Parts: sequence; structure tokens; C-alpha cells
Amino acid sequence: MTFLRTTALASAAIFAGSAAFAGCGLSGGNVNILGNDFAAIQSVVAGAAECAGDGVTVESNLTTEHRDLQVAALTANPAQYTSAIVANSSIVPLINEDLIRPLDDLVAKHGQNLNPTQLITVDGKVMAIAFMANAQHLYYRSDILEAAGIEPPTTYEEVIAAAQKLEADGVMQNPYAMNSQTGWNLGEEFVNMYLGHGGQFFEPGTARPSINNETGVATLNTLKALADVSNPDFLTFDSNATAALWESGSLALATMWGSRAAPILDDEGSTEEVTSTTVLAAAPTVAGGNTPASTLWWDGFTIAKNISDEDAEATFVALLNGMTEDRIAANNDLAVWLAPGYTPGATAEGVFATATAGARPYPMIPFMGLMHTALGNELSDFLQGNESAEQALADVEAAYTAAAREQGFLN
Amino acid sequence: MPHKTFFWFILPSLAAMLLFIALPIVSVAIQSLHIEHEQVLITVENCGPFGCEQETVVDTAATAELRQAQPLGRFNGLGTYFDRGHLATAEVAEIWRTADGIREFFSRLMNLPFYKALVFTLAYTAIVTPSVILLGMAIALGVNALPRMFRGPTIFVSLLPMIVTPLIGSLILFWMIDAEGIIGKTLQVLFDDPELSLKASPTLTWITLFVYGIWHSAPFAFVVFYAGLQTVPGETLEAAMVDGASRWERIRYVVIPYMAPLVVFVTLIQLMDNFRVFEPIVGFSAEANATSLSYIIYSDLRGDVARFGSAAATSLLTIVGVAILLTPVLIRTWRDFNRKRA
Amino acid sequence: MSATAATRRSPALIAFSTGFVILWVVLASFPFLWTLWGSFKVQGDFFSKADWMNALWGTRTLVETGATFTGQAYHGAWVEQDFWRSALNTMIVVVFTVIVSLTFGTLGGYALARSGFRYAFWLLMIALIFRAMPHITLVSGYLLPFFEWNLWGHLPTAVIVLVAINQPFTLWMLHSFFLNIPKDLDESAMVDGCTRFQAFRHVIVPVMWPGVITTGLFSFLLAYNDFAVTAMLLSQENQTMVPKIASFLGSTFEEGNVMFAVAAVVSATAPLFVLVMFFQRQIVSGLTAGAVKG
Repeated sequence: MTFLRTTALASAAIFAGSAAFAGCGLSGGNVNILGNDFAAIQSVVAGAAECAGDGVTVESNLTTEHRDLQVAALTANPAQYTSAIVANSSIVPLINEDLIRPLDDLVAKHGQNLNPTQLITVDGKVMAIAFMANAQHLYYRSDILEAAGIEPPTTYEEVIAAAQKLEADGVMQNPYAMNSQTGWNLGEEFVNMYLGHGGQFFEPGTARPSINNETGVATLNTLKALADVSNPDFLTFDSNATAALWESGSLALATMWGSRAAPILDDEGSTEEVTSTTVLAAAPTVAGGNTPASTLWWDGFTIAKNISDEDAEATFVALLNGMTEDRIAANNDLAVWLAPGYTPGATAEGVFATATAGARPYPMIPFMGLMHTALGNELSDFLQGNESAEQALADVEAAYTAAAREQGFLN
Repeated sequence: MPHKTFFWFILPSLAAMLLFIALPIVSVAIQSLHIEHEQVLITVENCGPFGCEQETVVDTAATAELRQAQPLGRFNGLGTYFDRGHLATAEVAEIWRTADGIREFFSRLMNLPFYKALVFTLAYTAIVTPSVILLGMAIALGVNALPRMFRGPTIFVSLLPMIVTPLIGSLILFWMIDAEGIIGKTLQVLFDDPELSLKASPTLTWITLFVYGIWHSAPFAFVVFYAGLQTVPGETLEAAMVDGASRWERIRYVVIPYMAPLVVFVTLIQLMDNFRVFEPIVGFSAEANATSLSYIIYSDLRGDVARFGSAAATSLLTIVGVAILLTPVLIRTWRDFNRKRA
Repeated sequence: MSATAATRRSPALIAFSTGFVILWVVLASFPFLWTLWGSFKVQGDFFSKADWMNALWGTRTLVETGATFTGQAYHGAWVEQDFWRSALNTMIVVVFTVIVSLTFGTLGGYALARSGFRYAFWLLMIALIFRAMPHITLVSGYLLPFFEWNLWGHLPTAVIVLVAINQPFTLWMLHSFFLNIPKDLDESAMVDGCTRFQAFRHVIVPVMWPGVITTGLFSFLLAYNDFAVTAMLLSQENQTMVPKIASFLGSTFEEGNVMFAVAAVVSATAPLFVLVMFFQRQIVSGLTAGAVKG
């Protein structure tokens, strides 16, 4: 067994280990998992590794570079990895290139304990098993808002008004922050806000962009208004920056990832005053819409096409062993789990509220990634006040069109 | 040296380069001339933990057939090189036609990603390269004049900007220059401007990147020059002294000519490395105000859908850019080379 | 040694030159010293948004650990996260990259410096053009063939790729150094009946160390600091330090252990200190100055 990530999760493995036995009832097979490198995935993979023995081998490669490896690694025949752990955006290239197999037969045979919501189906076929969820939502400081006589905001208009009031009252300068770093983060903010405005990214059934319209302009104006109540450095704000700002107590309102709630609320890096008054709320709605201006994300596993059926079955069973009820219960606070055995804690409130309020999943469209990149790269000029909203949206469409032509989505 | 001896001496080096650089470059060049097949799209229902959506997917079976017929993709000639993401010839012509005066022409040209990146890349190269050479030479002369026992530790300390992994080095510096960080606060006090933020203004971001570039690369020039200084023959220097040359004249007429091949070398490498500037842009989250050609390549390759053809075209344009930039230095080397042969 | 005579100069110049070096030393070392000091604090202090002075006094560190200094970050990186394994892999990759690069490079660089033919010049030019290729594009191109041929993930693959990528640089640098070694040296040896290789082996090798060690230093730093190649071409059990450090940093979704990364970087600098102190003697001593006379 070459699985290396032993120390950090050894205790978790021992805790959940009693239920597992070598081989997990398999007669053989090779399991090799590619995925991102963070605690929740490490815990799932540690569970899968317990199946090693009796002719079953379990290896893994958890790396921050997994997205850039997965297509080449699964294209090789036989594939280097039997499973790739993906999210709703990174599953797309694997589906586009036809590199993962439908899991319906394996779900029928081994998946009795899965929640039906864990099955990710594309065109009626199960292509991935989701195990955790994430979303951006609102964080606010109840003490500051109360002192200023502001009701907890539920729309972005109220967020902007609250922030402006805090600035005008001299309570706090730049009281709001979002992950608005140029690139992927800024693209994600636009996606969230645009869907909140009820926008459509593409003309239905085609890859033609349709964002340069009134909805697009309204979205950009909302983002601009939010940027105006943010720190002037907002174009450099990634998750680490916003979380640090929040922990230092210099923010009253923020839109941040649900997965950052646990480290923000723990006793490290922040004062009691901040953590005890931080409230996690659903992502606000915008422009009179009903659905929160946020997208829901899942992480799940897929199984490679270019491997033997025996390896595929072994991989499926091993990964399910990584999300047994005992194991999920033992690692309850590592993520917002979708698998049975999870009891939502305080840190999951924001994601749950956002999902319950009907936020939409991040679109699993083949060319969404190209649109996202174009958005991330072309919007900062507008937010800095150097060009008009229409020009910025026209730039995005032009950049996207060039990319989509090259990828064969447009002619 | 006879051809045969030369061949055997160079063989291992040449083989490694051919296999791992030349072949990939050829393959990259071929790929840059092709674009993906037309993707056959169909609309289906996708479901997940958060409900079902009507979404478009690629009809993989139909697309695979197209791919089978032409594995490289559709031949596109130089189309990718001239599209909006690269040289953008059509857009530039349009801007030229409609722009009101040269000022507007340039401001609209800067809206095209390739030209925006090119301008920063050139500015960075033009400022950092000479600064690094001058600073490196000055440090080398200074360290060379130190008592011997201090030289070792000084060399080590001088190397620190290069040794500390840029990944972490830039992360720490990024926090230090934050408006709340030690350097950021000091600058606010120095310039008496409590609003000063190095991260918000384009000009200050550029200056920060230049300063970081010089700081990070100066050790390289320093070490090369320092090693070179050790090989300057003492006899020649003594002879120059006997002839009454001042210290400056000795540097100017003995040391510098002797170091010429190393200066050329450092210039070449620095021009090239600075033209490919990338790490500080990501490290300092400066994408909003400064992008470089390498950053465009990175952004193409690291999206959810990797755009290999586009990255290949930008990479080859980078090579052409480097070749143009190096021409003056190369002509000089060529003359030296011919003089030595003669 | 002649240096004493040649370096005699006015006190003002000495003061100026020393002052300049001291200023440089401060500029070069300050961020590192800051990091070294900060590596014994908790993240809330070292990356404090509230007040940078916290990093000096350890305000949060005192609250969270009960003392103003803590070894938590080092413990986390080396004990909890098995950083030693990555350090070991880095050592293997770096040592082999340097040895192979220098072997290939000295042979090639020497040939290029001594060949009078035009093709030598053009070879150097082509090598330079090769070097202009952004690494990230090269590495993306390697992935599929490496996976197909089962070469991916192994340390030797990373070593040979690093050697190849580094070869243009090594060739140019050594070629420049060899140009500085007088031709008479090896040519007189050949007149005495040595073959070209023997002349290289017995006459050039003993005097080439300053150049070789300087070049080796840069090969070393390239392999040591490389992220593009090692992060993409090595499997997890062969992971080297820099990708490991990158994994400490976290991602958009997940908070990382940034202090582990800081501690890892600081502790990875110590062996370099020893190395530089050892080799700086080689750079300074054993110079051509003596050899030219012979």
C-alpha cells in the first residue's frame, strides 16, 4: 500500500475503521484516485484506502494541480487513475472528452445507502456521486448592524444601503467585502449576481453568448455598487484576503464561501467579539428576484472509462467506503456533507439557507468555463471606472467568442 | 575543433534538448495551426443535489467520429494568431479606422488583451533588465572589496531573494505591502498619505512589480559577475596600476572588457526571463492592472476548459518576441564570434 | 597575492562601497528575517490585518498558545504533514539534476567555446530560442505522452525534464566562462600529445570550477524552486517541497495552513546556507590567475 497521507487522518481512520475489512468484500482490483488536496477529500480517500488488501490495491494522488492533470491522465489507455474527484465545473472537460463512465449499474449494485440527491445525472445517466456541497453566502456582524439600527439584509440592495449607512455614520470605512480578485473569483461573482438577476448566459440550445443586455448591465452596476463599499484593494481579494479581513474585525458584511465558515468561527485568528457575533445567512437576492444570487457547488467522484470493469467496481466500492455513515459522522465538521450520516452544524447554516432558498447550481455547460474565464479577465476595467458596462460586456462576449470558436463550439 | 570531436562533446546536451524541447516546440507549433472540431451540441436534462436543469452537452459519439477522421482538429492556418485573443488584426484595423486621434487609438488598443499584456511585458523588460545588471555589478564590486571573511555570509544573504521560493516570497511580501502591513504602513507615513495603497492604483502596482523584479533578479547578476571578477587576472590589473590607471579606469578598461561575455550572458538571460514575467503577477494578485504574455498562457491553460491551441499560439509569439528582443545582443555576439575565428 | 596591491584605495571609497553593500544586505535579508521571526508566531499575528506590530510582539500567539513564541508551524509541517519526505525527494531531484546538467553542460559548453565553426554559433542561438518557450506550455505538452508511456510520476522523469529545460542556460553560461579560459592552455596540452578529451580532462577541468560551481548553483536553484515541472509531473509519493508547500496554502474553497508553508520555507533555507558557505571558497579560490602563468 502506497497511500501516504497517514498522519493527519490516522485518528479518523482508526475511529471509522472498525466497520471496514480488508478488500471490502471485493475479489480484487486496482484503485487509484486523483483529487484536490484538502481535509474532506483526504478523509474520503482515507476511507477508500481501508479497502486495500486481499488483492485490492488503493493508491491516490491528492494535489492542488488535479484539474490540469485529469484530462491527460484519464485519456491514457489504461487510464492512470481509476477515479477523478471533481466539482460541477471540473467534471465538464471529462464529460466533453467522454472520459468517464456511466455509473447506473454500479449504483444499482452497491449504492443502496446513497442519498438520491447525491447522484449527478447527465442525460439520465449517473456520471458522478456527489459527497459535499458549498456555496457563497452572506456573513454579517449582528452587533455592528444592531448598534447602527440596521435590520439584517436579505437583498443586495439592502446590503449596499446598510454598508453606505455604516460609512455615512462613521462606524466603519469599507464595511463590505467579496471575493473579487480579477480572474476566477471575479468571474464567479458575476455568475452569481447574473443568475440572481435571472440572466441567461447563452442563447438556449446554442453556444452563442447573451450577456450584453440590460440584465448584464444591471448585474455590473450592482457589482460596482458593492465594490464602492469595499476596500479599494478589492481587485486583489481572494478567499484568504476576505477571511483575514473578517477575522480582524474590519468588516460588517461579506459574501464568502460556506467552506470558510468553520475556520472563521473557530478560536484561531480572531477575537471572541468577532466570532460570537458573526451570523451566517442565506445569500441575498437581488433586483426583486426570488432566488439567492449565488451558485451551489458540489464535489463528487467520477470513474474513468479507460479501465477494466473490475477496477471500476473496486473503485466505486472503495470510495463508498470513504463515505460511510460512521466516517461522515466522525468527520462531520469538515464539510457540508451530502451523504447520509451528516448532522448540519452551525457552520453549515449559510450554505443550507442558501440551498433551501432555491439558489441554482453552477451551470454544467460545456463552454461555461470559457465564459467564466472571459468574465474574470475582462470586467476589472469597468469596476475600476475605466470603461462603460456595455463596453465591458462587449469585451467579454468578444473574448468568449474567440475562445469558443477555437474550441469548436461556435463557427 | 574537428566536427567529429565537437559532435561527441555536444551529443548528450543536444539529445536532451531535441527530445524535450525541440520536439514539443514542433508539436506546439502544429497544434497552434489547428482548432478543435465542431462540437455537436445537444440539450439534455442534468440532475444533481440541487434539482434538475435543462443544459447543453457535447454529443461525444458524434464529436468522436469527427475527431477520428482528423485527429489534429480543423486546420485553421494562422487564424488563431490573428484572432482577438492574440494579434487581433481585424480589431486593430477597426480601431484604427474609427479612432479619433492617436490617443484614443492607444487607449482602445489597450483594451485588447494581447496588447495590454505586451505593453506591460515590454515595460517590465526595459526597466528591470538594465537595473538588474547595474545593481548586480555594483554589488559584485562592493562584495569583492570586502575583507575575505565577510564575503561568504554576504554572498549567502545576497542570494536570499532568489532562494526563498517565489510562491512564499511573494505571498509574504504581498502581506508586507498591504495597507495594514509593515511596508505599506511605513510608506503611508513616509508619503503622509493614509489612503495610499500599493494594490489599488495601476501605477503603484507596476512600480511594485518592477521593484520586486529587480530585487528578485539582482542576486543572479551579482553571483555571475562576482564569479567573473575572480577570474580577472591580477597581473593585468597590476600592469594597469603601474601604468598609472585610476581605480575607475581599471574597472572601465580592464575589468569590464574582461567581463564582457558574462555581461552579454546576463543580458540575454535577463531579457528572456523578464519577457516571460509571470510569478510576481500571480503572487501579487496584480492581474487587474498588469498582465503579461506568460499570464495569458497561464490563464488559457488553467481554465476549466484548457485552451491549448490559444496557449500554443501565445507561446510561439513569445518566442518570436524574445528573438526580436535578443537580436541586437546576438548581432554583437556574432561579430565577436567572427572576430575570434579570424 | 597581487590582490592586496590592486585593491588599495581611498577611505572614502571603502566607506561608500561598504555602506552600499550593507544597504543591499539589509534589503536582501529583511523579508527573510521577518519571515524567520514570524514563523514562530500564529497565522493571526504573522498575517495580521489588524496591526502589523502583532507580528513583532506575538499578541495573538500569546492568546492562542500561552507564549509569545510557538513551534506549532514547524511541528505541523515536519511531523504532522511529513514534510521530510518532500525534502528527501527534493534532495534526490536536485542532486541528480545538478550532476547531470553540469556533466552535459561542461562537455557541450566547452565544445561550443572552442569550436570555430559557424554552426556552433547557430547551435547556441537555437538553444537560446528553445529557452524562450514558456515552461507551462512545455509541461502541458508532456502530460499525455508521459501518461501513455507510463513515464509520468517518477523522479527520473522529472530529473531529465529539468535537465533538458535547464540545458540552454547551462550551455550558455559555461560557454561564457570557457571563453574566459585562455585557449593556449588546452592547445599547448594538445601539442604535447593529449587528445582533445584528455586536454579537457587534465587541463581544463582543474581550472573550470568557479564557472562550474556558479552554474551549478543556478541549476540547483532552478530545480529547487521549480513548481511548473514538479507539480505537474510527479505523483504524490514523489512530491517535492515546492508543490508540497503550495498544498499548504489552501485554495479558494479551503483554508490552508499558511504557517506550515512559512515554517517549511524557513527550514528549507538552512541547508542552502551550509552549501553556499562551503562552495563560496571554491568560487574564490583555485582560480585561473595562477593557471595562466603555466
